[in-house]
Amino acid sequence: MKRHALSAAILCGTTSLSATAALADLNLYCSAQEEWCQIMEKSFEEATGIDVAMTRKSSGETFAQIQAEASNPKGDVWWGGTGDPHLQAAEEDLTEPYVSPMRDQLHPWAIAQAESAGDKTIGIYSGALGFGYNSDMLAKAGLPAPACWEDLTKPEYKGMVQMANPNSSGTAYTTLASMVQIFGEDGGFDYMKRLHANINQYTKSGSAPIKAAGAGETLIGIVFMHDAVATTVAGFPVVTVAPCEGTGYEIGSMSIIKGARNMDEAKAFYDWALSKEAQDLALQVNAFQVMSNVAAEKSEKAPDLATLKLIDYDFKKYGSSDERKRLLSKWDTEVSTLPQ
Amino acid sequence: MRTVSLEQTTHPVLIFWIIAGWVGYCILPWYGVDKFWSFEWLVDGWPLDKDYAPAAVLIAMGQKLWLAPMLLALAAPLLVLGRRKTDPLYAKVLILAGAFGFSWLVAQGLGIGLRGFAFGWLETLFGPLEDRQFGMGYGAMITASAFLFLFTQGIAARGAVNGDVFVTGAIGGVIAVVTVFVFYPILIMMLAAFATDEGGYSFLGFFPKLFDYRIWSLGCLTGGRCGVAWNSLFLAVVVGVLSTLLGLAFALVLTRSGFRYKRALRALSVLPIITPPFVIGLAIILLFGLSGTVTTTVAEVLGVEATRWVYGLPGIMIAQVLAFTPVCFLVLIGVVEGISPSMEEAAQTLRANRWQTFRTVSWPLMRPGLANAFLIGFIESMADFGNPLVLGGNFDVLSTEIFFAIVGAQYDQSRAAVLAVVLLAFTLGAFYLQRFWLGRRRYTTVTGKGDSGMHAIMPRGLSIPIFIVVGLWSVFTVVVYGMIAYGSVVQLWGVDNTLTFKHYITAFRVELGESGLRWSGSAWASFWTTIMIATIAAPLTAAVGLITAYLLTRQDFAGKQAFEFGTMLSFAIPGTVIGVSYILAFNVPPIEITGTGLILVISFVFRNMPVGVRAGMASMSQLDKSLDESSLTLGANSWQTFRAVILPLLRPAILAALVYSFVQAMTAISAVIFLVSARYDMSTSYIVGRVENNDYGLAIAYSTALIFVMLAAVGLLQLLVGRTQIGRRTSHGEGH
Repeated sequence: MKRHALSAAILCGTTSLSATAALADLNLYCSAQEEWCQIMEKSFEEATGIDVAMTRKSSGETFAQIQAEASNPKGDVWWGGTGDPHLQAAEEDLTEPYVSPMRDQLHPWAIAQAESAGDKTIGIYSGALGFGYNSDMLAKAGLPAPACWEDLTKPEYKGMVQMANPNSSGTAYTTLASMVQIFGEDGGFDYMKRLHANINQYTKSGSAPIKAAGAGETLIGIVFMHDAVATTVAGFPVVTVAPCEGTGYEIGSMSIIKGARNMDEAKAFYDWALSKEAQDLALQVNAFQVMSNVAAEKSEKAPDLATLKLIDYDFKKYGSSDERKRLLSKWDTEVSTLPQ
Repeated sequence: MRTVSLEQTTHPVLIFWIIAGWVGYCILPWYGVDKFWSFEWLVDGWPLDKDYAPAAVLIAMGQKLWLAPMLLALAAPLLVLGRRKTDPLYAKVLILAGAFGFSWLVAQGLGIGLRGFAFGWLETLFGPLEDRQFGMGYGAMITASAFLFLFTQGIAARGAVNGDVFVTGAIGGVIAVVTVFVFYPILIMMLAAFATDEGGYSFLGFFPKLFDYRIWSLGCLTGGRCGVAWNSLFLAVVVGVLSTLLGLAFALVLTRSGFRYKRALRALSVLPIITPPFVIGLAIILLFGLSGTVTTTVAEVLGVEATRWVYGLPGIMIAQVLAFTPVCFLVLIGVVEGISPSMEEAAQTLRANRWQTFRTVSWPLMRPGLANAFLIGFIESMADFGNPLVLGGNFDVLSTEIFFAIVGAQYDQSRAAVLAVVLLAFTLGAFYLQRFWLGRRRYTTVTGKGDSGMHAIMPRGLSIPIFIVVGLWSVFTVVVYGMIAYGSVVQLWGVDNTLTFKHYITAFRVELGESGLRWSGSAWASFWTTIMIATIAAPLTAAVGLITAYLLTRQDFAGKQAFEFGTMLSFAIPGTVIGVSYILAFNVPPIEITGTGLILVISFVFRNMPVGVRAGMASMSQLDKSLDESSLTLGANSWQTFRAVILPLLRPAILAALVYSFVQAMTAISAVIFLVSARYDMSTSYIVGRVENNDYGLAIAYSTALIFVMLAAVGLLQLLVGRTQIGRRTSHGEGH
């Protein structure tokens, strides 16, 4: 206790040197990429004069933190990250219902996301699942370019496909759930088993496979298409593929944390984040998702959701804890234990 | 021995703590105050505003009446001020007052929280409470310390540890802080291992989870895959042994050879310890990955297909051995330097040749160092999380499994807790094996007697292989760091190799604006926070660690074994678990410190303290007790002895503790990622964000800058702490 006091004394003595700003008026948990979070923070401060303290963590980490802080919330609003943890937070009653006046400007899928969770979350962007390949490596190996999910199970790609582990990554869980919805439960698991034979590694993080493809550490990576496009824009020789059978998608979401200390500011941010001005910021930071405001600008490089064959993804069913547990344990016992 | 002090009737230490207790109770704000050190609260309604009021004022206003009983405990010690220490009443009153005050303070803190009573049974007993309380502040903290040290003074007066006030106080203080910041959060976390899906607790549900085939499967013996537990164990043993041997090789070259470029070698061997996470992993992929330089070259020369061989056990092993050898080296160098040359010379005088001397004298005396080094390598490997994440391939280990059980798509805290139990069992097992191996032998070689020998040079049969190993390893290290430096100045690592400084400019831009300098680079905020936290945490870590080591090696008291176990515990638990358990434990009253810089400092102090303890113990077990005794005989008390005799001889251990904790604060990631907040973002969490975002250039540029900062800091620390001057002849032409 004595040392505790001492450390506090020194700590606070030095804080004054680093000139901290006044207490933040809005505590933002951000689960998108760093630049996007920063530009959202700065632009909101400029637009409203409200001071924002932003913490960037992946959606899984943020969800774990909100869960841990449930009895004494520190955050006000949680912006970005795939929809499942937002839905789960709604299910566990960690987030606050809110109907924004901006709703009539949004795509129907964004509103559907809100309605399925009792208005406790809302869609801010969406991105479709697909894969990307390293064009240099493909040419060097003289292989044909894959175009469909089914192509990835061909023997010539043995040991060249990478995807994330559905136990650890929301992206890979979306893949698993999409296959079950595209091919049916039996067909989907049969597909995952055949794919398993070609997988060189199940990564922990969802976007790691496309980074590995960019760096030449795998030929093909199964990821969200906007991540693949961003890798290409970053300068890597990666080609993005929209699978011919159709594909599933995620809805990046936003929620207000239940018991937020700055509820009015949280709602102001919520409304602002759904506006065209806020959503146009995405393109400035190479985020190629489709934004939820109908009027938001679109990039030519971004995959056009209108031309994709999107399945009718059942977020309520596949986002629920029970179905998730069931599919994951089935994948664990039936797929991941097979020899490669 | 100290009859003089026993006759005193004024007790300065006692008076100090009595005053502290009253100040904490009657003057300082009892509850936590935002921005305490700006002292705005002084002019903002203190002492009557109930957010800033001291406990005494609150009670006078008829609020928080449960704080009142502590007044008794504060008043009681005043009665014995005039009495002698030998008076039985003196001890009795202090013990009673301290114990009662402290336990009441803790009990009310835990019992009454944000929503009134914290436990259902309290509510059924007393009815619902309309009031509530927030986290404790400085008033409560100082009062608590006062109670604690009143209690230990009472214990001392009764004759415990020879009536030594300093030693009993230190023991009490260390026990208190370790309990609060290690046991309490771990306990909260462990409760989760027994949690069921329905939100209850079940003892029976724990065992199926513990004996899950995914943890214990032995499939790899028959061609399948092994469970994570075996993977981790195997990896940790191999890494522990290899890093210890390499560390020893470096230490031997530095102390027992005529090697010329010792300084360069020393700097090189310490380089990996100051490297932020992920960077070594990325460099190894660029060297040995599927498209890596070495892999493609070798594949072309041999005419074979390039493979992903590095992903999995080989990659993690290379990266971890590279990363942990320096820590082992730091532990070993102190021990190897400390071995008394007289013993070696005595052996030689008795006509032992160099090899016999090394095998029968030097080697056995190195055993405490070797055991400690292995233990540290083993535990570090078990808890390491960055390298398996980047290089793991399909080779799963416990630490990453725990991380993704918490943050991954499973959100399964109870599985994480179960895995943490397994991990803890392994590390504690290693800890007991180590004690068993060391046994009860004595390793003392630094005594008060004159000792001006010279270290024997290694036997030739040993020095040749050691030089080869050290040489190869040094070349490898240089190549890896060359890659890193190169990576920070190219456009896009591995793809576009045009040289550029843009990454450094993005991160560390400084502009000259109207109001002076503007630190507009994107890395500055996290950079200054990191420097600040590291600077505060390092000396605290060293202090707590060395005091603990002193108590463990020099003092005998009841419960010493449990005490030692407690101080090592936080090291054996992976950072991820610490991070989550800290959030669970310290986000709510009585101690509410999440989102502050303080929680980062505390987590660093208690995570790194064990290194200070181990290094201190390894060095202290070499110092003869006669040194202490002569100091005590000459009338010094134990604090003076510690400060003037032991401490100066411990310089290598102090340096190890300081360097390690400073560097850890700049490079650790697993606990930090849970504890950073908007106001206190750390460089490692910033770097991870860049890596996640494909921005390798910026991540590596930032890491490179940090490496230089740490090099400067290590140099500065070395200068400040100085070298231990054990009276010996200068050896092997090394200039002084």
